Amino acid sequence: MTEPTQNTATETGTYRVKRGLADMLKGGVIMDVVTPEQAKIAEDAGAVAVMALERVPADIRRDGGVARMSDPAMIQGIQAAVSIPVMAKVRIGHFAEAQILTALDVDYIDESEVLTPADEAHHVDKWRFTVPFVCGATNLGEALRRISEGACMIRSKGEAGTGNIVEAVRHLRSILGDIHKLTVADSAELYGWAKELRAPVGLVQEVAETGRLPVPLFCAGGIATPADTSLVMQLGAEAVFVGSGIFKSDDPASRAKAIVEATTHYDDPAILAKVSTGLGAAMPGLEMGSLETHLADRGW
Amino acid sequence: MPPRRIGVLGLQGAAVEHRDAVERLGHVAVDVRRPAHLAGIEGLIIPGGESTTISMLLESSGLFDPVAGLFAEGMAGFGTCAGMILMSARILDGRDDQRCFGVIDLAVRRNAFGRQSESFEADLEIPALAESELGSEPFRAVFIRAPYVEAVGDDVEVLARVRGPGGDPHPVLCRSGDHLVAAFHPELTPDLRLHRLWLG
Repeated sequence: MTEPTQNTATETGTYRVKRGLADMLKGGVIMDVVTPEQAKIAEDAGAVAVMALERVPADIRRDGGVARMSDPAMIQGIQAAVSIPVMAKVRIGHFAEAQILTALDVDYIDESEVLTPADEAHHVDKWRFTVPFVCGATNLGEALRRISEGACMIRSKGEAGTGNIVEAVRHLRSILGDIHKLTVADSAELYGWAKELRAPVGLVQEVAETGRLPVPLFCAGGIATPADTSLVMQLGAEAVFVGSGIFKSDDPASRAKAIVEATTHYDDPAILAKVSTGLGAAMPGLEMGSLETHLADRGW
Repeated sequence: MPPRRIGVLGLQGAAVEHRDAVERLGHVAVDVRRPAHLAGIEGLIIPGGESTTISMLLESSGLFDPVAGLFAEGMAGFGTCAGMILMSARILDGRDDQRCFGVIDLAVRRNAFGRQSESFEADLEIPALAESELGSEPFRAVFIRAPYVEAVGDDVEVLARVRGPGGDPHPVLCRSGDHLVAAFHPELTPDLRLHRLWLG
């Protein structure tokens, strides 16, 4: 046997490495957690990652005020409690919070509309960071602008903290519907599409050719039941974020596990029926018309 | 070579990339998420993903025992990252309840290089590729929160190593019989040589 030789140079923080972690999370559930105990429950239930934050979106919505990056001690407590990837949120455009999360060695940064925006015109220049970013989007143009800024994963925004899936469905259908339209557009029409979408023409051409976003598309904002998960996975989401839906329900451990299984078996109604049985009450939901703040409107 | 029917475990993780690789090489890829999907497969790829999640879903889906049974009957396996962990005999730094198939005699350390900030790509020299007439150019390997091998059994051939955080070289590509395991992700680059090597 030939003894293999050693490699020399290694490169960290490349786009392929940043994007690669998003690929590894596909088919999985990323759960919002506010304590190390919740993080353990999430990991025990089969979460592929946790989002460490001080308040779940339902509480941010209820409490009002300015929502910011979490206390580093809280994030570190969760990093110490679990072995799966730990994500954390920064305010839109708040690159200093992102620098701090980088120093804390979080695995993914969510530049999130759930927190109060810090910049009304600019998102973070995510190319400057070695930590990968996920950003929300309500439509294809928004998704492509975030990708042009260096986001390695897109999540449809939905409407966080409502337990109401209607907005997530609207956003997914909008993104995937426009992708489909691009695939059948004439090459000359793509310049018009780029203008209309306010997105770089190169990315528009790439989507037209491949029929998919250049990065994984996950779904967030309103998932409360295994059936919700199945719905968005069947529509074309590649994984799901569940925020308030787990720890605002009657039996978080069972619901978390059921949502994990529903994400894998999203196309098998018999398994979905089984895992949906006996979970207790889901989180209380909110009608869109009753909301004072529409979080999905944040971001540009 | 006639097309072969290759299962790709699709419970969670980067399964679609492996299915694409199998199909680009002219074989039939089967998305395996339930025991019925195992019918007629001649080999199984276990992809990268979160090994704790995949391990749990193997139990709840009822796939663990039938897959273990097929391995016992001699089915070939190709595991990448989480798949390498699941095919190995012993997991270090895993969860206490995490089970593995034990088809290749390795002790594998989970998240051995550290968090995402330590994820990296590198050119690997893999002499076994040239020996199988698959070219001598280095293989661009992408390591994502990757494991490495701490100990190998007698019947395991080490095909490539890289230095761990401590500076010591650790095996990251190993072969034993028809089984191939990689700590990195050949499914994330267009280079199909390791899939070719495994498919023979």
